[in-house]
Amino acid sequence: MKEEWPGACGLVMNEPLLFERGARGRKGYSLPALDVEKVRPEKIWPRKWIRQELEGFPEMSEVEIIRHFTHLSQWNYGVDAGFYPLGSCTMKYNPKVNEDLARLPGLAGAHPYQPEEISQGALKLMYDLERFLGEISGMDRVTLQPSAGAQGELAGMLMIRAYLADRGDPRKKVLVPDTAHGTNPASSSLCGYQVVQVKSNERGVLSPQAVEEKMEADVAALMVTNPNTLGLFEENICQVAEIVHRKGGQVYCDGANLNALMGLTLVGDMGVDVLHFNLHKTFSTPHGGGGPGAGPVGVKAHLAHYLPVPVIIQKGEQFHLDYDRPKSIGKVRSFYGNFGVLVRAYAYILTLGAEGLKKASLVALLNANYIRAKLKDHYHLPYDSPCMHECVFSDRLQSKYGVTALDIAKRLMDYGFHPPTIYFPLVVHGALMIEPTESEPKEALDQFIGAMVRIAREAETEPGLLRDAPHKTKVSRLDEVLANRKPVLRWRP
Amino acid sequence: MRYIPNAEADRDSMLKAIGVERLEDLANILPESLRLKKELVLPPPLSEMELVHYLGSLSEEGSGQKTISFLGAGAYDHYLPAVVDHVLRRSEFYTAYTPYQPEISQGTLQAIFEFQTLICQLTGMDVANASVYDGASAVAEAVLMAHRLKGKKKSFFSRAVHPESRMVTRTYTHPLGLELGEISYTSAGGTDLEALRQAVDEETSAVVIQQPNFFGCLEDLEQAAKIAQDKGALLIAAVAEPLSLALLQPPGILGADIVVGEGQAFGNALSFGGPYVGFFACKEAFLRSMPGRLVGQTIDRQGRRGFVLAVATREQHIRREKATSNICTNQALCALAALVYLATLGKQGLRELAEINLSKGEYAKKRLAEHGRLRFSAPTFNEFVLTFDADPPSVLQSLLREGIMAGLPLKRFYPEMEREVLVCVTEKHSKGDIDRFAAALGNIIRRK
Repeated sequence: MKEEWPGACGLVMNEPLLFERGARGRKGYSLPALDVEKVRPEKIWPRKWIRQELEGFPEMSEVEIIRHFTHLSQWNYGVDAGFYPLGSCTMKYNPKVNEDLARLPGLAGAHPYQPEEISQGALKLMYDLERFLGEISGMDRVTLQPSAGAQGELAGMLMIRAYLADRGDPRKKVLVPDTAHGTNPASSSLCGYQVVQVKSNERGVLSPQAVEEKMEADVAALMVTNPNTLGLFEENICQVAEIVHRKGGQVYCDGANLNALMGLTLVGDMGVDVLHFNLHKTFSTPHGGGGPGAGPVGVKAHLAHYLPVPVIIQKGEQFHLDYDRPKSIGKVRSFYGNFGVLVRAYAYILTLGAEGLKKASLVALLNANYIRAKLKDHYHLPYDSPCMHECVFSDRLQSKYGVTALDIAKRLMDYGFHPPTIYFPLVVHGALMIEPTESEPKEALDQFIGAMVRIAREAETEPGLLRDAPHKTKVSRLDEVLANRKPVLRWRP
Repeated sequence: MRYIPNAEADRDSMLKAIGVERLEDLANILPESLRLKKELVLPPPLSEMELVHYLGSLSEEGSGQKTISFLGAGAYDHYLPAVVDHVLRRSEFYTAYTPYQPEISQGTLQAIFEFQTLICQLTGMDVANASVYDGASAVAEAVLMAHRLKGKKKSFFSRAVHPESRMVTRTYTHPLGLELGEISYTSAGGTDLEALRQAVDEETSAVVIQQPNFFGCLEDLEQAAKIAQDKGALLIAAVAEPLSLALLQPPGILGADIVVGEGQAFGNALSFGGPYVGFFACKEAFLRSMPGRLVGQTIDRQGRRGFVLAVATREQHIRREKATSNICTNQALCALAALVYLATLGKQGLRELAEINLSKGEYAKKRLAEHGRLRFSAPTFNEFVLTFDADPPSVLQSLLREGIMAGLPLKRFYPEMEREVLVCVTEKHSKGDIDRFAAALGNIIRRK
C-alpha cells in the first residue's frame, strides 16, 4: 500500500487491564487532612452492614493511571483522527471551544436543586435553546429533558398516548416503516403499543397507498424518519400525514437525520406532530464513545399540555421551572436533561447562526451526493435517486467474489478510515451506509473514494486480503461468537 | 465558517462532478411546496471570542459559585481530581461513537469492561452493563426487568426512594399497566419493613429500596431482601450516593437481586443535573433480560485478548420491538469519568474519602442539632434531615443572603415535612464552613 492513504503503521503500546497494573500501597490521590473528629463506621453503624475491603480495586499512582488511559485512547478512532462516515450517526466535527464552555464554573458547578434566583444563566440558556430548536424545526414547543434520541422517542410517544387517551380514543398500534431505526419499534412497544411494519416502495420511500392500507382505526401513530435511513427524502410525507390525521392518528418524526434539513425546510410544515432531535448528531455535541447524547422533543401546540415536567417559563425578566402541569406525562429522567450537552449545542447554534446552519446542511448534501456519484460505478446502488445527507450502497457486486460488507468495512480500517454503518438499513442486503457530514475537506472525501475504489478492485483480485482484514489495527478480527457463547463480562482475579 | 472546510472553489468542482449548478440547487431534491422560502430567525453568528464572552456572562449570572452549598439529594459535590478531566479531554475517547467496529475501538471497549468490573465489585453483583442514562431511569429499567422476569403486575417502592426515581419509574411503567405501591418510612427514618411485609404478596415482582435512602438513613437491606424473596419477588437496591459503597457491605452480599444507581458522585460534575451516569448490575441468571450494552472479552485471530459488544441479541437494533429496552446511546463518557475517578482514588483512597464524608457528616449533625432537631435517628452516611423550628423558606432565604445554600426543603416532595431540610456534607466542606453554617443558622433562628 502506498503512502497516499491516511492509514500508516506505527508503534502501538500494549496495556493490561487496570486490575493487572499497580501494586499494593500505590496511590493516585491526595486528600486533605481531616479537620474534625474522625468517626469510624464501626462506632455508629451495625457491624454486619460494614464492608471489610474493596476487593479487587486497583492501587495505582497518577502516572500509571495517565499512561493506562493514554494507551487505551490510542487504540480508538475518533472524528479528530480522521474520516468517520458512520451512516445515520452524523459524526461531524466537535468544536473545541464548546468543550471549554460546558466546563464554565457557573454552568458545570450548578446544582440542579439550587434556588432559581441563582440559576438564571442556566435557565436562560435552556429557554433560548428550546426556542432555537423550535425555529429550526417549525415545531411549537420543545422539551430538552430526554437524555438521548431513544428516550426522546419514548417521551414523544407517551405524549401522543396521553393526548389520544384524553380524547377518549386510546389506540393499540403504531406503524413503523421497514427502513426505521430499531429504537422506533422498541420505544413503541415500551409504550404498550403493538408494532405494525409498513413496507417502503420500490423508490425506497413510503407510499400513500401502503400507509392507507395499514392505517386502521386502532392505529395511534406513524413513526417516520425523514430523510429516511436510505438517505432519501420521504417525498410523500404530506400526503401520508394527511391520511394518518384523517384517520385520527398522530405523526411522529424521528429527527436523527435533521442534519440534512436545517434552513432548507421545516419538519413542522410536513404534518408532523412530534419530532425528536439528536443534539449529538445534528448539533455537533460529542458522541463520547457511546454517549452522553441529548434527545429534545418538539411538539405541535395541541400536545404542549403533555410535555414532561418541569417546563421552563419566563415571567418578566425571570425564568422559572414550572411543575404545575396536570396533564404532563411526568418525568423521563431526573432533573432537567443532559445540561452539559445542551450548552454545547447552544454554543454551536450561536456560532453558525441561520446562514451557517443552512450551509452545513447544504454541504452535507453535497458531500454525500459527491461520494454517491463517484462510487456508483464501483458499488451497487440499490436506490438510484439523488440522496440527502447519506448514501446507501450494497455489497452485491463484491459478493460474487465471496466478499461481504463486513470485509469491505474491515479493509477500510487499513486505509485509515472508520467504516460506514453496515447491514443497516435492513431493507438493503449487505448495506454500506455512508454519511460524510459537512465537516470533511474535499481531499478526505477523495481519499476515501480512492480507497473504496481500490477495495472494490482488491475484492476481485485478492479477496483473501479483505476477508482477513484489518491488518494494521491493535487487534485483528475478533471472535464475537465466542464472546456471546461464553460471556466474560468482567475481570476476576 | 471554520467548521465547514470546503471553500467555494472546492464546492464548485464537486458540484460539477454531480451535475448541479449551484450549492443552493441541492435543496431542489425537496418537494417545491416544502422548500423554506425565508431565512430562519436566529441570533447573528458569534465569533469565538464573542461566544466565550457571552457564555461567560451566563455562567456568572446569578451563579452559585460564591456560596457554600450543602445541597445533595441525588447530585453530589465531590472534589474532581485533575486527572479525570485530562483523560476525558482526550478526543480519541470523546469524538468516537459506540464501538460497533471493535478493532478500532479497543480503548472504549476495554474502559467499559473495566467500568463493568468496578461496578460489580462495588455492588457485589455478577454482571453490570456499560451504563444507562441516570440513576432514575436505572430504577425504572430495573422495575421493568423484574416485571419481565417475574411476569407479575405489582411492585413496591419505599417512599424513602428518591422522589425523582419514583416519578420516572411511574412514567416508564404506566403504559404497561404496572402497579406501583408505596411503603412509608418509620419515625427512625428507614423504610417501614412491617408495612412492607404486609404489602408484598405473590403478585409482586419487585421491591425497591434506596441505600442510603433519600433522607440519608441506612436501610436494613438484608431484611428487605428476605421479605421480598419470601414471596418470590426481587429486591432492587437503588444507590444515589455511591461513595457510601466504599464503607457499606455490598447490596449483593446482603441479598439484593438487582443493584442500580446514579454514578455522578464518581468524577462527574454537577452540571445542573446532567449528563450523569446510571449503573445497572444484577445476578448472572438475569443476564439475557438486562437492558443496555454489555462489553465482553474475547480473542482475535492470533489469540490475543480483545473486547467486543456482547450478548447484543437483547438489544433494539437486533430485536426491535422485542428488545429488552429501547436504549441505544448511553453515557459512555460519563462512565469513563467514573472509571478514571475510581482508579485514581483506588482501594485505599475511596475508603479514606468515604470516612472523611462520614466524619464531616457526623460533625455537622452535632453542630446543626444545636439550632434545629435531627428528624431521624437511624444511622446516616453524609446526608441527614434537619427540622427547623422556624419556617424553612425564610430561614433558607436568610442563609442564602449570607452565602449559604443550606439544603433541600423536603416539603416539595413530602407535604408532611413542612419544616424539614435535607443537608449534605462532603469532603469539600471544611470544619470552618460547617461552623459558619451552624453559627448563621443560630443567629437567624434567634432573630425569628
